[in-house]
Amino acid sequence: MCHPPPAVREDESVGWSWGGQELGPDECMNGLDLVSHSQITRLYSRFTSLDKGENGTLSREDFQRIPELAINPLGDRIINAFFPEGEDQVNFRGFMRTLAHFRPIEDNEKSKDVNGPEPLNSRSNKLHFAFRLYDLDKDDKISRDELLQVLRMMVGVNISDEQLGSIADRTIQEADQDGDSAISFTEFVKVLEKVDVEQKMSIRFLH
Amino acid sequence: MFLLLPFDSLIVNLLGISLTVLFTLLLVFIIVPAIFGVSFGIRKLYMKTLLKIFAWATLRMERGAKEKNHQLYKPYTNGIIAKDPTSLEEEIKEIRRSGSSKALDNTPEFELSDIFYFCRKGMETIMDDEVTKRFSAEELESWNLLSRTNYNFQYISLRLTVLWGLGVLIRYCFLLPLRFKEFLSKHVHLMCYRICVRALTAIITYHDRENRPRNGGICVANHTSPIDVIILASDGYYAMVGQVHGGLMGVIQRAMVKACPHVWFERSEVKDRHLVAKRLTEHVQDKSKLPILIFPEGTCINNTSVMMFKKGSFEIGATVYPVAIKYDPQFGDAFWNSSKYGMVTYLLRMMTSWAIVCSVWYLPPMTRETDEDAVQFANRVKSAIARQGGLVDLLWDGGLKREKVKDTFKEEQQKLYSKMIVGNHEDRSRS
Repeated sequence: MCHPPPAVREDESVGWSWGGQELGPDECMNGLDLVSHSQITRLYSRFTSLDKGENGTLSREDFQRIPELAINPLGDRIINAFFPEGEDQVNFRGFMRTLAHFRPIEDNEKSKDVNGPEPLNSRSNKLHFAFRLYDLDKDDKISRDELLQVLRMMVGVNISDEQLGSIADRTIQEADQDGDSAISFTEFVKVLEKVDVEQKMSIRFLH
Repeated sequence: MFLLLPFDSLIVNLLGISLTVLFTLLLVFIIVPAIFGVSFGIRKLYMKTLLKIFAWATLRMERGAKEKNHQLYKPYTNGIIAKDPTSLEEEIKEIRRSGSSKALDNTPEFELSDIFYFCRKGMETIMDDEVTKRFSAEELESWNLLSRTNYNFQYISLRLTVLWGLGVLIRYCFLLPLRFKEFLSKHVHLMCYRICVRALTAIITYHDRENRPRNGGICVANHTSPIDVIILASDGYYAMVGQVHGGLMGVIQRAMVKACPHVWFERSEVKDRHLVAKRLTEHVQDKSKLPILIFPEGTCINNTSVMMFKKGSFEIGATVYPVAIKYDPQFGDAFWNSSKYGMVTYLLRMMTSWAIVCSVWYLPPMTRETDEDAVQFANRVKSAIARQGGLVDLLWDGGLKREKVKDTFKEEQQKLYSKMIVGNHEDRSRS
């Protein structure tokens, strides 16, 4: 059962509804109930300011209109992460779900509800988010081609194909343990076991 | 109907008297001072009273919110998330350092964890970026009784609602008709501008007037709204440069050309930079001609920042007189969001605001130094204006309001990252 902290739960008039989209028990289990009311309101205000068409959903163009995102080499991949399979629009709930991966991990959460489903911002889910940026065809493996694609996006035209190829080969060689010339999620996690994922893949609110 | 007859003449008389009083007041308090450039302290008093009312209104709202145990939505102008100011290189090195057990000088060429940097940066910009928020009206921390600037409507108590209703009444029924009459008047330029200023209840504080632009120079200022023109023109004579607009704006522009030598361009001509530069140079070299007023940002920005200055006006080689204009958003937001509403709606909003309060600083004149090019000079002037006005100095182009960002910025990032990978490649092949 979902027990939101007292500060967040509101009365019926304000409630959990932003723009007609309810955040229900599903969101509670994903840890969204622990995002404060003011933070959700702020993000909703951000969502509406990005929504130029004013139809309650964001399209890929709405994201690409952010200049600082458009110049990010992995901008398109990050935008893709918001859109579920085969869809072109994301509503506020979907927007929040994706952003929820980047909530910092609080200490008091670690001991909470071990038997329940994992919150979206757990270390494992953060790593999974990064893994999906590499794994374009979603087959739970990063193949050599997929790795090359991401590398090409990050370096542009500044490195030759051969050099890039050898970088990709070396990376797979180091990470691959079961000999299938691809990086599975488990192998990915192993390579990154010492990295401070909690800090590097978290965004802190100022208030 | 029958019973109203005896009262009829009384009402008519009362109406006649009040109208006469109104007109006399108008004459005495608005038109005469405008002609002589004198001002009464009435507007300052008005402003002080308004401020007191706003503070009280905000307190009431906070109290109302506390009663219901809610939190007020408070907009924060410094951004809503904590952003790291570290560069691409430092961040990626840090990520690698934490994850790698290898020695520091043996840095690997590529790590799977490098992606974390780009991923997080991307997410940060989705939540809060520096550019898109400059093109919408600034959010205020306290409420100024204009419903267009408030998010916390549900906390208004009865008293506050009454006051707000009164405010609406005053603004729409009293201030607006008053201003409308003024706006249609056809006097000589300077007087006309002064009347506009009073009509909009504009309280302008000019600083450092000894630095006012002189003939043969170029005056550059940051751009927030068409009112900038009125504000500057009521304190000096300028020749305007700008794009020819359609609609109401176009009518005004054509009327102005008949009186003074302004330089208006067709939109297609603006793209031809040489033609623009030629006409500007001709104008500037004639020392008898008025100083040119230019807004190098090219578009209206919401007055929290100064965006990239287009280098055209800085290539000419004339003396540049920078002017910083900062509006006080508490009394009415002067920003014109031209993609959201047109000129007429904008004017209506201006005339139904409480007042336009702003400060104008005339900065000392600047000229281009021998070792700097037009772009560097433009940035230097921009920084001076930003510093004086307390605005954020951004390198981003104001044109991003309507256009997409250029790919060159992305290529710069890619180049930087490539250096991190390839730079170490030689070490690797040796070991």
